[in-house]
Amino acid sequence: MFSAEYLALLYSALMALAIIVYAVLDGYDLGVGILLPGNNKPAADTMIASIGPFWDANETWLVLAVGLALIAFPSAHSIILQALYLPIAFMLLGLILRGVAFDFRAKAKTRYRQTWDRCFKLGSLITAFTQGYMLGLYVMSFEHSLASHLFATLSGVGVIAAYTLIGAGWLIMKCEGEIQSAAIRWCRLSNLIALLGVLAVSVVNPLINAYVQTRWFGTEISLLLLPLPLICMVLFVIQDRVLVKLNRNPSHGCWLPFAITVMIFLLCFFGLVYSFFPYVVPGTLTIFEALADPSALTFMLYGVVLVVPAIIGYTLFSYRVFWGKTQDLSYY
Amino acid sequence: MLDTLLLSRIQFAANISFHILFPTITIALAWFLVFFKFRYDRTGEAVWLRAYRFWVKIFALTFALGVVSGITMSFQFGTNWPGFMERVGNIAGPLLGYEVLTAFFMEATFLGIMLFGMKRVSPRLHTFATLIVAIGTTLSAFWILSLNSWLQTPTGYTLVDGVFYPKDWFEIIFNPSFGYRFFHMLLASGLTASFLVAGISAYRLLKEDHKHAPKLTLKVSLTVAALLAPMQMFVGDLHGLNTFEHQPQKVAAMEGVWETEQGAPLLLFAIPDEQQRTNHFEIAIPKLASLILTHEAEGEIKGLNEFKGEHPPVKPVFFGFRIMVGIGVLMILVALVTRYTLWKHSTLPTWQLKALVVMTFSGWIATLAGWYVTEIGRQPFMVSGLVKIEELVTNVPSEHVLLTLIGYLTLYAVLLAAYIKTLFYTARNAVQVEEYQTTPVQGGQYV
Ligand code: HDD
Ligand code: HEM
Ligand code: HEM
Repeated sequence: MFSAEYLALLYSALMALAIIVYAVLDGYDLGVGILLPGNNKPAADTMIASIGPFWDANETWLVLAVGLALIAFPSAHSIILQALYLPIAFMLLGLILRGVAFDFRAKAKTRYRQTWDRCFKLGSLITAFTQGYMLGLYVMSFEHSLASHLFATLSGVGVIAAYTLIGAGWLIMKCEGEIQSAAIRWCRLSNLIALLGVLAVSVVNPLINAYVQTRWFGTEISLLLLPLPLICMVLFVIQDRVLVKLNRNPSHGCWLPFAITVMIFLLCFFGLVYSFFPYVVPGTLTIFEALADPSALTFMLYGVVLVVPAIIGYTLFSYRVFWGKTQDLSYY
Repeated sequence: MLDTLLLSRIQFAANISFHILFPTITIALAWFLVFFKFRYDRTGEAVWLRAYRFWVKIFALTFALGVVSGITMSFQFGTNWPGFMERVGNIAGPLLGYEVLTAFFMEATFLGIMLFGMKRVSPRLHTFATLIVAIGTTLSAFWILSLNSWLQTPTGYTLVDGVFYPKDWFEIIFNPSFGYRFFHMLLASGLTASFLVAGISAYRLLKEDHKHAPKLTLKVSLTVAALLAPMQMFVGDLHGLNTFEHQPQKVAAMEGVWETEQGAPLLLFAIPDEQQRTNHFEIAIPKLASLILTHEAEGEIKGLNEFKGEHPPVKPVFFGFRIMVGIGVLMILVALVTRYTLWKHSTLPTWQLKALVVMTFSGWIATLAGWYVTEIGRQPFMVSGLVKIEELVTNVPSEHVLLTLIGYLTLYAVLLAAYIKTLFYTARNAVQVEEYQTTPVQGGQYV
């Protein structure tokens, strides 16, 4: 059996991995949903086809993240999920609408098709917003004040922008022609909004959280880490330049916006984790206090060690199968 | 009156009842698809591919509903039953975790290849992807039923200050009721899917579909149903014997036995009355219950009065059991008669086709009834004999739970209606299509 401390670190690392992979993967397909045009059926078909083979597996990372929280940090899991009871219900509503619309739109009567397309878009929007909102409440330690709800709303908008950004990046990579050029425009716009969002959160967060402030300004390592926000800003600027270039010649480096956005996601997520570590419930519960029974976690670990590499393997395989532009996808 | 506890229970029951409908279909339908695809690979006859293409569309839709309602389930434990995880989390957690790791990722990823990859990978690999999805759905059932069975018949744990700790994982996973429940559930899924396939195929025939594919799927599904339905009765009987051993109070409620009795009769019908602790309007076959459960005409069955205050509410368990077994018997009859007719005359008369259409969703009703027997029969305990439900509830305000409950119920009603309508609409569509198109269409899914 492993020591409790070691297990706490390992499981929080795994949870962090599941969350960031979820944000990137489901982020792009929710983003595509948010961008879905209401009045252009062929474009909508192509856009949805580009995420078709992936969305279900992408969502499974969310199930894994929640599952890991429940398995490894049960007390934190129950505090967080109860505090977020209503936003979670709304998020589930969004996920349900989005997931079923995906299939219904292709199978229901033509008459209902537009409705399902709207459900798809609306579901994606609700999901993105509530996820951001919950993140905001989490950062504010689930405080019930006007300020905290305002902050959460801001964060909700920020996440919408972030998902739109990565969704547009995905479309630039997977599509051609009209959709691609539209995606470049969307990408530029959401790049700007996301930049503002990241700036706002980075300023507000240390101001309101004393703990976060000392993490970033009070220790020796923090000096080493301060360039990180800077790099993040620079990436936003590079992104903008890349998009201008792509607009002129979309055939070169169409994967760049997606890649840059993933880097931005990673940096922001790292910043967030670093701000709160080792707390799972900010200011209340650390990963060491919340840890479940070590012997159960050790049993779980065998599965993790054996299965996670396999999951990564066949996920990569499926991306390889569907490599290339979506037009090339041929179905029956 | 409408407190958080009651609302949480209703909400949990609503969510799981909605969720279970879809896996029940997909677990077995996936195996049907493997069979169709495998036959196509072997024989090269186009009709198998047509059968595959039609049913894979329905599979995709059903799977999507299963996934979204499953995601709701995975949040339920934390939002509505936090106490549950604090106490049994060390055991339930890893079982759920293994389900996510070994089943969900695999099925979700290979589903993409199965639905969209037919032209992108070799036929072999595509059949393999279909097979992996089928294995994945079955593995899901394995883990979740292991957990559920453990709540019914807990073994392999130690209990310290009200918290469960694992002692022996083998005993936990393969707890005494697990094998019965797993096979019974797999058979339930097989029957639900076969009656669905038979019902929709019959509907197409009634709509004058003269293609070969619906006739073929009708034959395959009725063959499967005729094999599985009698097996289900047999396995169900074994399951009942196992329950009799471990949860006698549940069996007493299922059979409506109040006083401990030797030579207890089998009640075909009755109205149990919990106030007066007796039954009204009994229609009974003497000594049969004792005979079934103890294999002796004079065998003893413990009555509910021996478990006062510790036995489940009688009515839902009693009626739920009769509905399930009733449908089980009906399934045996319908499957045998129609399969026999098909064998003799190679077509079915209209009345038999109509009967099959009526039976399309009979598997759902039996499955839900069976689960209500199982779950309500465990009351008032969460973990049989050890943890009571009221110890576990959340402290979310009851108005919030009421709000979300209404939301879920409305959404589920709409989705269920849309699902059923779309199934029949897809079937009608298939009637009009002369031959299946082989061009890409509609958001990248098969037409
Ligand atoms: C198509 C569905 C279906 C059909 C036709 C049947 N069952 Fe069933 N039954 C289920 C679907 C099901 C189920 C939903 O799958 C349950 C709930 C939990 C479980 O393991 O299986 C169940 C539970 C269940 C239990 C409860 C055991 C417990 O929880 O302790 C018993 C005793 C039986 N069944 C017995 C039977 C018998 C004697 C049948 C005779 C034909 C029968 N079932 C038909
Ligand atoms: C409390 C109980 C349950 C929870 C928490 C739960 C959770 C989930 C989740 C999260 C998913 C989506 C997985 C994905 O993203 O691919 C799912 C799907 C699935 N579940 Fe459940 N589930 C429960 C009960 C059951 C039961 C009782 C069964 C079957 C006996 C079952 C079988 C399946 C299957 C086969 C799928 C794959 C999707 C489908 O076939 O529709 N689950 N479940
Ligand atoms: C899949 C079909 C299932 C159905 C239709 C079903 C139905 C129900 C119902 C009606 C209750 C409420 C009982 C009451 O409060 O009187 C309940 C409770 C519960 N069931 Fe199931 N159940 C199913 C499967 C499962 C599975 C597979 C699990 C295990 C993970 C599970 C775990 C629970 C838990 C934790 C409760 C607690 C709440 C309670 O007992 O009130 N159920 N279920």
